[in-house]
Amino acid sequence: MFCTTSIVTSSYYDSVVLMRVASQLKKRQGVSEVAMFMGTEGNHALLAQVGLTTPESKEAGPQDLLIIVRAESEELAAAIAREAADELISRRQTEQSSQSYQPRTLDRAIGFLPGASLAAISIPGNYAARTAAHCLEKGLNLFIFSDNVAVADEASLKRQAVERGLLCMGPDCGTAYLNGVGLGFSNVVRRGRIGCVAASGTGLQAVACALDRLGEGISHGIGVGGRDLSLEVGGIMTTHALALLDRDPGTRVIVLLSKPPHPQVAQTLLDFCRTLTTPVVSCFQGARLPGGQLLQTLTLEDAAHQAACLVQEKPFTARLFSQPDTVKALLANAGSGPAGKQLIGLFCGGTLAKEAQLLLTPLLGEIATDLNRQNGHCLVDLGDDRYTVGRPHPMIAPENRSEILLELARSGGLNNCGALLMDIVLGNGAHLDPAGELAWSLAELRGKHGFSGPVVVSLVGTEDDPQALSNQQRTLHQAGATVFLANSEAARYVALLVAPACRALLLNEPDGEAS
Amino acid sequence: MTEKSSPLDRQVQVINIGLERFTADLREAGVPVVQMDWRPPAGGDKKLLELLDSLHERG
Repeated sequence: MFCTTSIVTSSYYDSVVLMRVASQLKKRQGVSEVAMFMGTEGNHALLAQVGLTTPESKEAGPQDLLIIVRAESEELAAAIAREAADELISRRQTEQSSQSYQPRTLDRAIGFLPGASLAAISIPGNYAARTAAHCLEKGLNLFIFSDNVAVADEASLKRQAVERGLLCMGPDCGTAYLNGVGLGFSNVVRRGRIGCVAASGTGLQAVACALDRLGEGISHGIGVGGRDLSLEVGGIMTTHALALLDRDPGTRVIVLLSKPPHPQVAQTLLDFCRTLTTPVVSCFQGARLPGGQLLQTLTLEDAAHQAACLVQEKPFTARLFSQPDTVKALLANAGSGPAGKQLIGLFCGGTLAKEAQLLLTPLLGEIATDLNRQNGHCLVDLGDDRYTVGRPHPMIAPENRSEILLELARSGGLNNCGALLMDIVLGNGAHLDPAGELAWSLAELRGKHGFSGPVVVSLVGTEDDPQALSNQQRTLHQAGATVFLANSEAARYVALLVAPACRALLLNEPDGEAS
Repeated sequence: MTEKSSPLDRQVQVINIGLERFTADLREAGVPVVQMDWRPPAGGDKKLLELLDSLHERG
């Protein structure tokens, strides 16, 4: 293998663009690695960690682009590096001709858009807090998509935002809806009477899509970032957002989604919720808080369903499956092949993976969260840092999951697999045809690797999303996958496949009853 | 303290600092948006950045 290192000086590109171009070029015959990074301190550490540092790479500064290619010949490596640089230049020229003026300073940006109400920040985390603070000074609400922001900076930004009567959504905020505008990874959903406060982007997407399906909509969906209910941040933005929604005339019910809060913060939250007049439905991923201030649900689907029932003034009953008869028919069709075998789940959405884990552990016993375990069930969050070092998130680039899936098949990791469980999250920001990518990898699995087990997909999206829900469903059905629109139902269905004894519990049937 | 207007009442107009894809999505949805040409400030020089910040705080 030959390795080339090129540096393009004074040429800043965002990480998603770089990783997408690198990911495409890496698929070429004879190419084993294409890495493209800005020469920041963090990226130099990352290159050292993955063994790609070269004497030349050390010369790159934070505004210089590094292109490192490993290929079977020196000529090929050099050609790929040139192609990468040409592709980036061509993309920039297209963007510059199709888009208008791009200001370099915040003051100029505000001068250009005097009505600006919000700054969406998705720059490297070590610069995000500084930029966010400047935006707050200018009276802008914040949507901070960047992660790797120090927790002390997060708490400080949130305190400043509340003092100024502004929102600080994030850091690490994937999704939000303000006044009918979706920010970040957001689905195209109708507006409605239900407000959301969410510490999880995919959780908010799942609830927004479920509400849309139930004929309801979102008034506002305020993302707060995954750490808001930690002891360090103390729920500053969650309580601020709850108060704003409580006063919002368009919001009739609030849905609150988070990881389990820190116990001290939980008490503050409960005390605060006592002061609200709007009912709050909450889902804390397995945790149940004491007291009756919150209507607490086990799953995201239940949270959406209960909120919809409240605004529609209908009684709510939690249900395991919305269509149990369809599930029985699917099970009859699937047969007993998967029974007793391993379940492998590969998720793009961390919250969806966690929800599946919480539902399946009591049914199936211990479930690993990584792929290193040879036997036993596993549910893996492929959006976790372990799987995204130097790669785009699998919601943007689902080909990463295909690579992992096919590598598993090649290494014999699917030999005892009874069923595969996967999620697909549609919407703005996501890949334009994730179902098509999954269908391709399933065809490879079945055609080249002999995998014959059922594939179950938890599909989050709406008909108005750029990918169109029905198109994605059709592609998945044609690929032989079984599709559920509620993540909890997909997880429970897989439990029924690999552990038929669960029927008694999940389908209210006596043990061993055949369908 | 006087009652501030709610951030939920403001029409959403966005300054996007970072991933250009978000600007494209917002434009597509008809939301007023400006994409900033962001680069690491002070060329990524930490000492120079600290100096700039201290000047900003004074000013």
